[in-house]
Amino acid sequence: MSAPASVTSAPVPRRKRSLGLGLPGTIGLLVVLAWLLVSLIAPWCVPGSAQEIGALPVFAPAQAGHWLGADYLGRDMLARVLLGARYTVGVALVGALLASAIGTGFALLAAVSGGWTDMLLSRAMDTLISIPSKLFALIMVAALGASVPLLVITAAVIYVPGAYRIARALAVNVAALDYVVVARTRGESRWHLMVHEVLPNIAAPMLVDLGLRFVYVVLLLASLSFLGLGVQPPAADWGTLVRENLGALWEGGLAVVSPALAIASLTMAVNLVVDALPGRDARKAVH
Amino acid sequence: MGARIDVEALRIAAGNTTLVHDVSFTVEPGQVLALIGESGSGKTTIALALMGYARRGCRIAGGRVQIGDADVLKLSEAGKRALRGRKVTYIAQSAAASFNPSRRILDQVIEPALLHGVLERAAAESKAIELFRELALPNPGTIGQRYPHEVSGGQLQRLMAAMALIADPDVVIFDEPTTALDVTTQIEVLAAFRRVVRERGVSAIYVSHDLAVVAQMADRILVLRHGRMRECADTVQILATPADDYTRSLLDAARVGEHAPDVAAANAGTPLLEVTGLSAGYGRIRDGKCEHPVLEDVELKLYPGQAIGVIGESGSGKSTLARCIAGLIAPVAGAIRFAGQALPATLAQRERETLRRVQIVFQHADTALNPMHTVTRILERPLAFFHGLDAAACRRRVAELLDLVKLPSTVAQRNCVGLSGGQKQRINLARALAAQPDLILCDEVTSALDPVVAAAILDLIAELRREVNASYLFISHDMHSVRAVCDGIVVMRHGRKLAQIARADYARGPHHPYYEQLARSVPELRVGWLDEVLAAAGRTAPASRGTSAS
Repeated sequence: MSAPASVTSAPVPRRKRSLGLGLPGTIGLLVVLAWLLVSLIAPWCVPGSAQEIGALPVFAPAQAGHWLGADYLGRDMLARVLLGARYTVGVALVGALLASAIGTGFALLAAVSGGWTDMLLSRAMDTLISIPSKLFALIMVAALGASVPLLVITAAVIYVPGAYRIARALAVNVAALDYVVVARTRGESRWHLMVHEVLPNIAAPMLVDLGLRFVYVVLLLASLSFLGLGVQPPAADWGTLVRENLGALWEGGLAVVSPALAIASLTMAVNLVVDALPGRDARKAVH
Repeated sequence: MGARIDVEALRIAAGNTTLVHDVSFTVEPGQVLALIGESGSGKTTIALALMGYARRGCRIAGGRVQIGDADVLKLSEAGKRALRGRKVTYIAQSAAASFNPSRRILDQVIEPALLHGVLERAAAESKAIELFRELALPNPGTIGQRYPHEVSGGQLQRLMAAMALIADPDVVIFDEPTTALDVTTQIEVLAAFRRVVRERGVSAIYVSHDLAVVAQMADRILVLRHGRMRECADTVQILATPADDYTRSLLDAARVGEHAPDVAAANAGTPLLEVTGLSAGYGRIRDGKCEHPVLEDVELKLYPGQAIGVIGESGSGKSTLARCIAGLIAPVAGAIRFAGQALPATLAQRERETLRRVQIVFQHADTALNPMHTVTRILERPLAFFHGLDAAACRRRVAELLDLVKLPSTVAQRNCVGLSGGQKQRINLARALAAQPDLILCDEVTSALDPVVAAAILDLIAELRREVNASYLFISHDMHSVRAVCDGIVVMRHGRKLAQIARADYARGPHHPYYEQLARSVPELRVGWLDEVLAAAGRTAPASRGTSAS
């Protein structure tokens, strides 16, 4: 590898700073921010009349004033999608972020401490993984009632072990490298080792994992709603909108395609941002 | 049987960058040509091009490669496949990475012959065994039945040579085949390689960065730098009267230099570091002994201002010794005293001030520097951590440190990923110096570097000894570098200290037989050294040069 490596490393390394997300990253960020805004203000902007059942013919096509047509009960589809944003963006994004952050945090602690801490944390995560996710959600909802914070917590708990596993595998390798050993011989605190030495070197793959985990939570949310454990009707997240309007596939499809596109746009946007974040050197930094 | 190799205006490119610029050379049948240069000089790239092969991302952009009657670059893919492993064979630097760990050695050695339909299986097997014998491998009849992990590194390298020779090739390419070996093993392997090359009369290309090794192996030497040919001449001529400046700097780097300053190290008073009866190892501890002992009963004394070299082959426990002193491995028995005080076994038990006074510098600067941090951040951390300097003072001190290790101040803002190996190693040293330690543990700090760069780092360490008041424990497998900077040498083998020799006594002997053996095994930069060593060891006299050259 010597010859090509020396050639690629010859030019001064590019330092893309804060705002330099690049065009795809900026587009992604704008889309994510737009959906966040929608999820925050939609309840106050969408008129209540849009929610009325039978206001329009079932699966009505797009028309002036109702840009996305109507759903299987004749409600305005645009309003449904906008109102659904707060559940998908709120629950899925916050849930995925929480799962990733908690999993990464525990993983760093386990990798840097090693020994008993690592053992106990890893076995605890194994225990969590062994509980079927739907059953766990059922118990949570049955015991505490369905609410958005509860769904967020449920999603986070279910996806923490996965994030932990990946983060720990990465962190254990980094923690064994000489620069971490040098920091240890300096007498650095555990916190310094975790946050300043190891975390920056596992951040890139963990962000990629966050993008993936977000998609999982969207799917979890949709399946929970299907079981009646998720967002309670008449409110609906995007996943639920896709499922309840499946019949529209034969009628023209706008009612099923529009929430699906909404999910796709958010998922892609999240992944575009994640790919453009400072950790883009993942492939370079790992070797 | 050797073929003539003609390379004309060979040009190899990666994207828009030219890696090899119009290199031309000729190798007469039965001759050995050495390609020598630092990493990135294109020597392996050229060697691979002789098989019509370019690594991923590279392409052969022009020129001609003629081996015997084959115009290699014009061959079809099928034609190249018929050439590789049959007419032209390749011996890689790491045999361990080149053998399939889950197949028996013999099956892999005879594979080229079977693949090209040169020999039947039974004939190939008996030929392999004959080659094993020729390469002086132990138990030639049965060694092939083992798996790669069941033989030593030096043996595996020779087994790979057997694989390369099984189909009676015309040309053999040796790509740094002994770089990863210990010096005493290297001699065996070099002797075996040279004998088979001469007896079979194959033409050979020998890629290496070590001039002393090349002087034993090659008839001609081609010096490369940045993909350009600097000089190509007979070995004797290159060594005696190099025409090119770069060749001269390579020769200077390879010659033993006396870098060690005459620091008046008083062997009196309290030793800075005193190791007594130290034992350490891995695995479970039973009855005060480790399951896998690495160090046994090691003694060492280091006085303030001294530099002591610890030398030994891989597995001798020298790195473990450094790790015990640094507090990374808790010893099973024995004591380490530092400046008259007992040094606690683990890092957690040591005070910050004690940690500051002992700094460790690792071999691989690549992994010793956090790739996500800038040079400034790497150097500022110990300054703030140990000395509590504020931002302005930190900045001043970083500039001083960079100056001390002879790096331009412009690297301060750079990320260490983009720096060269030598620059990284300087940062690595600067970080240790930032703590203003009393003892610096250098663990093989030059062994991953090119000779010229390594010589510069040794110069720097010698200079730092004059400018910075610190003591050094310099761990290395390389006798040259230890002699160059140290006041004394500790020889280790199998986890035990065998001897300690002061600098004044290097020339006076005889010392411990193992030290003598190590010293004899370091290749010397003159033609005929290997013959003398082998003759002294009472081996069969090597075939004379004239018989193989046509």
